[in-house]
Parts: sequence; structure tokens; C-alpha cells
Amino acid sequence: MESFKGKAAICGLGITPMGRIYGHDSVWFAARAMRLALDDAGLTKDDIDGVLINSGITGELGLGLMMQLGFRNLRLYNEMNGAGSTASQMIQYAAMAVVHGMANHVICVFADAPLRENKSAGASYARGRGPRGMGTFETHYGLFGVNARYALAARRHMALYGTTQDQLGAIAVAERQWATMNPLAQMRDPMTLEDYHRSRWIIEPLHLLDCSLVSNGGVAVIVTTAERACSLKQPPVYIWGMGQGHPGNPNRAGADAEVSTGARIARDTAFRMAGISNEDLDFVELYDCYTYTVLVTLEDYGFCKKGEGGPFVADGKLGPGGSLPANTGGGQLSGYYMWGMTPVSEAVVQIRGQGGERQVPKHDLCLTTGNGGILNFHGCLVLGREAS
Amino acid sequence: MTTELISRPVPTPDEASAPYFEGARQGRLLLMRCGECGTLRFPARPLCEACWSDEVEWVPASGRGIIYTYGIMHQVYHPAFASLVPYAIVVVELEEGPRMISNLVGVANDQILVGMPVEVVFEEVGEGVYVPYFRPRAG
Ligand SMILES: [Zn+2]
Repeated sequence: MESFKGKAAICGLGITPMGRIYGHDSVWFAARAMRLALDDAGLTKDDIDGVLINSGITGELGLGLMMQLGFRNLRLYNEMNGAGSTASQMIQYAAMAVVHGMANHVICVFADAPLRENKSAGASYARGRGPRGMGTFETHYGLFGVNARYALAARRHMALYGTTQDQLGAIAVAERQWATMNPLAQMRDPMTLEDYHRSRWIIEPLHLLDCSLVSNGGVAVIVTTAERACSLKQPPVYIWGMGQGHPGNPNRAGADAEVSTGARIARDTAFRMAGISNEDLDFVELYDCYTYTVLVTLEDYGFCKKGEGGPFVADGKLGPGGSLPANTGGGQLSGYYMWGMTPVSEAVVQIRGQGGERQVPKHDLCLTTGNGGILNFHGCLVLGREAS
Repeated sequence: MTTELISRPVPTPDEASAPYFEGARQGRLLLMRCGECGTLRFPARPLCEACWSDEVEWVPASGRGIIYTYGIMHQVYHPAFASLVPYAIVVVELEEGPRMISNLVGVANDQILVGMPVEVVFEEVGEGVYVPYFRPRAG
């Protein structure tokens, strides 16, 4: 089969203002993000013949968007859901569609607006469980929300491999260093490892500063063929490889889904398609709902051995000036929480060389990942500045 | 402990989980076993994940296991837990294989270890509703 590498490209990116922006729903943010992406690419709404939608926790985006925003004669249209892996997945399906002629310009959009005035971020994001059955034991046991699930996973890694709180903190600190240079980031004040340790516990071993932000906002990305991308306004960001991994979790003795994720599966597919190995990557944009997610993802992509993620990140190599720049806009911990669109959007900015003060010196090749559920769903893209 | 727990959300059975609640009332921790391939499962759900059969029987577990992982909750998500934080949430890996979420009794938070041997103990938390917790046991 002919190689897929370099056949499709991201030609437009729109990022709305992020964070505590009130008075608008997700549809408003989606429209703003798509308008910005169209202007960025030099396209108009009429050029768009494919739309892929991903709603956040509010569920405000759906198939009604076509009518709400007046799209006509679409050749590709769906609302997709792979949780935090959806952004990667939307771009994958869009890339396949444009390469095979099903559509010319596919816009992939995520938007969410869970933050409400006078309500904490945590309360805005909490969702209850069903009122009957086995699930009611979890609320009785005091297990609420996703934070607890990731804390359980992180603790398992710490117990097996000796991973420390300092090492998780090093990830948060590195991302904050990047965020101080990102005008769009929600958390731009400098932060030390001491600040990290002083931040309140949510559920041990996770401090507040181990957890992603909550954001109102939207991001849209336009995918087209490499050929078309070359004639548009922005430097194309070429798709070299793409992969998914959804390992399942039998949740019984012998399973280790807490410390070994679908990234292993996705890596094989994507790196083979791209014809690359880890050393070829100049920087990475990794899904970081929690610090721990970054650590386990680095291991599963083979940047270090399983269990060695802690020492690997502890020397600051993920931060500015480090040997493996990671989450260079501050990620979801300090930048903005647009699910899988956070890593994708920053990858596009950096590959184009538009990172300003935070621009990484070498930006030819980037891995961007998305993770959903409790490390259940994984998607990735290998993005390049050149077509090959 | 029981008076404290009374205000926490009381588990409520549905059709699929009713035998589990009845087992707990009798002081037995029940697991579902596939009637066709014998695969054990927890929590209760209608189909076997291995063979997709809906044939099922309930079998008692030993009630022994080890702590697979745990977290110490500080955030209050529900008013009933305001006086209980920080409290431990544990995943217990039962001898029979399945893992279940629970709480611990009889052990301080800073004494909890992954791999610690534990055994089940039931407490009544509402009218006729018994809930399994775990306490340390000799390894
Ligand atoms: Zn079966």
C-alpha cells in the first residue's frame, strides 16, 4: 500500500480566549474557534465540506451544529466521542477522508463551557452517578470524580516503581515554565516545586497542581490534502503518522492498565506509518489531564523504560531549554483544558514556528497524544514541518 | 463508625445487583460467575465479558485480598464526607482475582501499603443495607 505519510495536512487553527469567560455556551465558542481557523487558513465557510464535532463535559455541541451554524452540502459530518482521545481521532478520520477524496476541507472542532460564575472549577466539573445498582457503592465509599481514579493509578505506579511526589511535581513545574511564556495560558505566574508541594491535596497522591484546569473555550483545526495546504495562507503542518490504542481493562489480577496504557499500541501504528523512532522527535505535546498521565505516556512511547518515568522527568528535560521540550504552551495543567485539542493546537503553533517567546529551537517533528477515560482510550499524531 | 456512615449515600440495589446486596446482608461477599465459561466478574453486570453469555450464578468469595492501590481523599464532594476527610479509598484485589473499590476500617491512613493483606467486614449503613469494608489481616 502506498504510504499515507505527508498526504494530509493541518492548514488552519483557531483558538478562542480561554478560561473564566462567562455568558457564552459551547456553540458560541465553537463558532468563534471555527471563524478563527477559517481566517487563519484563508478559507471561507463555503470551502468547508466536512465537519467533525467533539463536545466537552457540557454536551452542548451536537449534530444540531449544522443547522445552528448554517453549514450546507457537507460531504462528511459526525459527532465523535473517544473522550480525551477524540481530537486526535477526529484529525485522523479527517485526514483519511481528504486523502481519499471524500471531502476537501474538514474542520474538527472542540468546545466546552462548564465554568459558571461563583462556582468552583471542581463543582462545575463534577457529575453524579446513577441512583441505583453497584455504582451506588462508589459514592458510599466516597469515590467521586475522575481525580480519584487517576490518583489510584498514580499510587500504583509509585508503589511498583518508587515514583516520587517530587517527580510528579517536576512535570507540573516544567509545564508552568512554558505557560509563563504563553499569552493564552490561564496560569502564567511562576511556580516552584515548593509551591507544588504546598498546593492542597485533592486526593493523595494528587495535589491541586497535579490536576488539569477547567476552561471555557473552543479550538478548531482544518484538515486538507497536502497539495491544497500548500496553496493556503499558513505553512502546512503535515501528518506523518497516526495511531490509536484502546487496551481494555479486565480490572482483575494480572491486569496493569493503571501503569501501562494504549499508548503502546498507538505508538507502533503511528511510528511505523511515519517511519520514525523516538530520537527523531524534536518535541512532544502529551495529553496531561494529570501530571501522572505525562509520566506514563512517556514510558509507553518508549522515551524511557517502564518504571523509569520518574527519574526521566526529574531533571527538567521537559521544560524550556531541556532535551525533550514537552507541553510547550503549558499543557492542560497550566495552559488551557481543551481536552485533546490542547496538545494538537500547541503542536501546530510550534511546528509553524509561531511560538514567539516559547518557540522551541528545533520544530521539525512532534508527537501529540490524546488520552481518555481512566487511561482507557488513546490516539496520537506525528506532525511534521516538511512533507517527508 | 455506623452513626457516622449513616448519612453517607446508602447503596441502593437494582435488579442486576440485588443478590449482591442480599449476600452482604448475610455477611457474604458474592461475585458473579459466568454460567457458561466460569469467568468471575465484579461489579455485577448482565453479560460475561469473556464469552458474552447472560447465564450467571453468584458464588461467595473468600473475603480475603490485598490492597492493589489506594488514595487519600481530601476534597469534600458530598456533605456527608466533610467530617471524614482525609479518608482512604482502596482498590482491593480479591484472592479470586476481581478488584473492587472499598474503604478500610481499623487502620490509620499513614499505615496503608500497597500489597497489604486485608479481609472483608460488613457494616449496616441503612435499613437492612450492609456494605463490605476491609480491615488488615495477618499475611
Ligand atoms: Zn463467560
